Amino acid sequence: MTRELTCIGCPMGCTLTVEYGDGTDIKVTGNTCNIGPQYAQKEITDPRRIVTSTVRVKGGNLPVVSVKTQADIPKKLIFDCIAELSRIEIDAPVNIGDVIIENVLGTGVNIVATQNVESV
Amino acid sequence: MYDVLIIGAGVIGCAIARELSKYQCDIAVVERESDVCEGTSKANSAIIHAGYDAIPGTLKARFNAKGNAMMTELSKRLDIPFKRDGSMVLCFDEKRISELEELKRRGMENGIEGLQILSRQEAVQIEPSLSDEVVAVLYAPTAGIVCPFEMTIAFAENSVMNGAKYYFNREVTGIRRESGYFDISTSAGNMQAKIVVNAAGVYADVIHNMVCEEKIHITPRRGEYCLMDKNAGALVSHTLFQLPGKFGKGILVTPTVHGNLLVGPTATDEDDREGVYTTGEGLAKVLKEGARSVSSFPNRQVITSFAGLRAHEDSGDFVLGEKADGFFDAAGIASPGLSCAPAIGEYIAGLVAAKLNAVSRCDYVAERKGIPHINTATKEEREALIAADSSFAKVVCRCELVTEGEIKAAIHRPLGAKTLDGIKRRTRAGMGRCQSGFCSPKVLEILAKELDKDISEITKCGEDSGFLIGYNKGGAR
Amino acid sequence: MKHDLIIIGGGPAGLAAALGAREKGITDILIIERDRRLGGILNQCIHNGFGLHTFKEELTGPEYAARFISRIEEAGIPYILNTMVIDIAMSDARKIVTAMNEEQGLFTLEADAVILAMGCRERPRGALNIPGYRPAGIYSAGTAQYFVNVLGRMPGKEVVILGSGDIGLIMAKRMTIEGARVRLVAELMPYSGGLKRNIVQCLNDFDIPLKLSHTVINIHGKDRVEGVTIAEVDSKGKPVEGTEEYISCDTLLLSCGLIPENELSQQLGVELNPVTNGPFVNESLETNISGVFACGNVLHVHDLVDYVSGEATQAGYNAAKYIAGKTTGTAKYIPIRGVNGVRYTVPSSICIDNMDERLTVRFRVGAVYKNVKIVVKAADTVLMSISKKIVAPGEMEQVILLKNKLTEIENCNEIVIGVEVQND
Repeated sequence: MTRELTCIGCPMGCTLTVEYGDGTDIKVTGNTCNIGPQYAQKEITDPRRIVTSTVRVKGGNLPVVSVKTQADIPKKLIFDCIAELSRIEIDAPVNIGDVIIENVLGTGVNIVATQNVESV
Repeated sequence: MYDVLIIGAGVIGCAIARELSKYQCDIAVVERESDVCEGTSKANSAIIHAGYDAIPGTLKARFNAKGNAMMTELSKRLDIPFKRDGSMVLCFDEKRISELEELKRRGMENGIEGLQILSRQEAVQIEPSLSDEVVAVLYAPTAGIVCPFEMTIAFAENSVMNGAKYYFNREVTGIRRESGYFDISTSAGNMQAKIVVNAAGVYADVIHNMVCEEKIHITPRRGEYCLMDKNAGALVSHTLFQLPGKFGKGILVTPTVHGNLLVGPTATDEDDREGVYTTGEGLAKVLKEGARSVSSFPNRQVITSFAGLRAHEDSGDFVLGEKADGFFDAAGIASPGLSCAPAIGEYIAGLVAAKLNAVSRCDYVAERKGIPHINTATKEEREALIAADSSFAKVVCRCELVTEGEIKAAIHRPLGAKTLDGIKRRTRAGMGRCQSGFCSPKVLEILAKELDKDISEITKCGEDSGFLIGYNKGGAR
Repeated sequence: MKHDLIIIGGGPAGLAAALGAREKGITDILIIERDRRLGGILNQCIHNGFGLHTFKEELTGPEYAARFISRIEEAGIPYILNTMVIDIAMSDARKIVTAMNEEQGLFTLEADAVILAMGCRERPRGALNIPGYRPAGIYSAGTAQYFVNVLGRMPGKEVVILGSGDIGLIMAKRMTIEGARVRLVAELMPYSGGLKRNIVQCLNDFDIPLKLSHTVINIHGKDRVEGVTIAEVDSKGKPVEGTEEYISCDTLLLSCGLIPENELSQQLGVELNPVTNGPFVNESLETNISGVFACGNVLHVHDLVDYVSGEATQAGYNAAKYIAGKTTGTAKYIPIRGVNGVRYTVPSSICIDNMDERLTVRFRVGAVYKNVKIVVKAADTVLMSISKKIVAPGEMEQVILLKNKLTEIENCNEIVIGVEVQND
């Protein structure tokens, strides 16, 4: 299979052409430095993203609190992760770093608050 | 049963309502939009013309001179921002100076005082930013600039103080004559009134033709404008017209009463009575032709552009007076309609009162005070306002320096603001250079709180113009 | 009330400036913030990607702000919230700051030095001359960001974004994640002003098309946006006839540039650079008004907050030096200019006597250049030449000038920074 990727290693943004099969071996062309192949390897075999969003808060000085996954999670789980967040509402106060969801979707990654919300 | 039902809460309808409220009669003003000043009254040149332009003998000529003269006292009584900045008609061609003289003759016939033809040298003395192309000007010292929103709102508020009732979101769909009264069907039920006054702007022909044998026809004439930053507001100190030429009436450049620079309008006949859109060509024309009038035209200082529709009747003049028994028109009010509004109000109200045999109210309140504005207040006034209500120290709109106190006042006045545009026209919050980027969320929150609604129920300018459509992730509360 | 230093704005620039001044021994500082909390616009930037340079880890906006806020609290630096500065004026060498808030009403403060850190605002629709109707549903990207990230409310379901600056890209992702359908991002220029990483992770990840050399030429819908017409533009930015396409949507987000908010500065008589819309400053980040400094997005629009913090810290140091009377007011100033594609430099003049051993000069280029050199010259002497694989308008560049190198140059009347083609 072949895929085109834009390398995000630097502002050059090289267009990488990646040939790959079922295994982890890939062939990258179009890169101008060795960041390209490393980036492509990760994107093809295990693309991951940090997810940031909001969670509703009851009784706070803000109606929602911003949250993030504490580490990156598989890219394909982004919308499942959002669906998990849509189901919850937490009580104020909330502090930065408070765990909102533990081990989200079995990824081993926690979702934590990224700001403080005071009770009112 | 009302004595009088006025259709349309634009500047004309509100001016009539205010003049009529001096008499003992029950007045209803019916408006299809959610607020006063939602049609032509909110999108025009904001000029009180001197009155030399109209052909002598026309209604336009008669009411312009009168309306202009009334503004000095009215602006004081009703607290309307108004300034006689004086206007100039610019002539770019030696061969056409005779046309300036013709305009001057017309003006004198219309009873306009102080008109003068100035040479380029004389004109530049009092208006240094005139472009090199200008060879002579017709100077009219009595011309002025006004806030059309505040003018309409002031008329409306003053009429409410004197008993008039306003009904919004109510479109007139039919008028049936009964014995001695009219039955008016609206989008929110039927109403009855002895007299109907038609001040329906670009819809005035539709309303007129519901009742009158002799039909009229209005063409909405679209005019596009660019409004520039206050940084550019001091560029000119007079309203600058261009001598009408073969390419139309020309583009005016004027300071506004709040210190911005306004440039426009174009003139395009429209089929759509709601066609208040701007076009790429139109805006380009405004900027290109506006630049002819002044040197170093600041065309990169545009903060917003808009279009308005002038209600141009086929006759070319206003249609005023009792056109069927008990049915009064104030129709075809195209330019200089804003300038004529006070005089038209007085005239139509006089006719209606005579028809009703109404007598003057002894408890008539003639004065109306606007919302205090921190931005234009003196230090002492600011301190007094803040001492009385500390929310006058809480800035919401930073560009125009508008405080929460002003916004709350705008909401809780008679005919208080219910929408973001309503707040903007009453307080200028969102009218500045960031065009409400920073203050719109705050204004929404204040409106929601004061009106005891959820922020998603607050709109820009009525029903279908909501801002927020739901919660994140499709969630509901 | 009299203070040594008043800082106007409690966003990333103001906070770092306060900490910088404190580090250099200034204790009598007051930060004036207009919002209800410190942190400025970072509070609504809930995405990650902040702080890689400053903290060597990837934080969200509120977290980045919180690090600085807790340092402010630890240092006991006073601040007032919900307070709008409405005027700054000079009285001899002292600065008179007039402000208002609900608790104190209208009040004035005095300061020896002032740091301007008011940030910037977004370019509105009107400034872009986009024709059409004026319905609800047109927001600057930052306003939409406030609705979604702070209020948890969606301003629309079907979105077109004009402008591919980072805020626009970030909002494409945020709106998508929160349940909207982003139809496309249109960009007037043939390249995006946003970071590659954002194009990949905000657009490509969600299959959102980026239409380069496209713009919105009409807005439809009288009450609420019903759609927009987009068109391709030629090299002069003019729409190409026949390329019009109607896109149905209920929301148009604008991400078309940021403008430093210098209304207060202008009231004070601060001279602005027409290229940046920010003040002209010298090596001390001091404006033409002695003792008035500027930093962060009010000075010039930055790409990364880390650079804001760095620049603002320096402004704090310099203000401290000024307050302690360690700068000379009469020394010779050398202009520093951008040439050959360098649109501006900050600072725009330097006094060698007043400069530190190392001086960071920040600048932006006007177009995308590949395989070039950034060349710094003083009186025809090449001070440095740095090879770059790529420089682009969206990314701020910097060079570091060394005091000892500059003092070696005789008759140094001007320093120029330019882009040059690599010969090798």
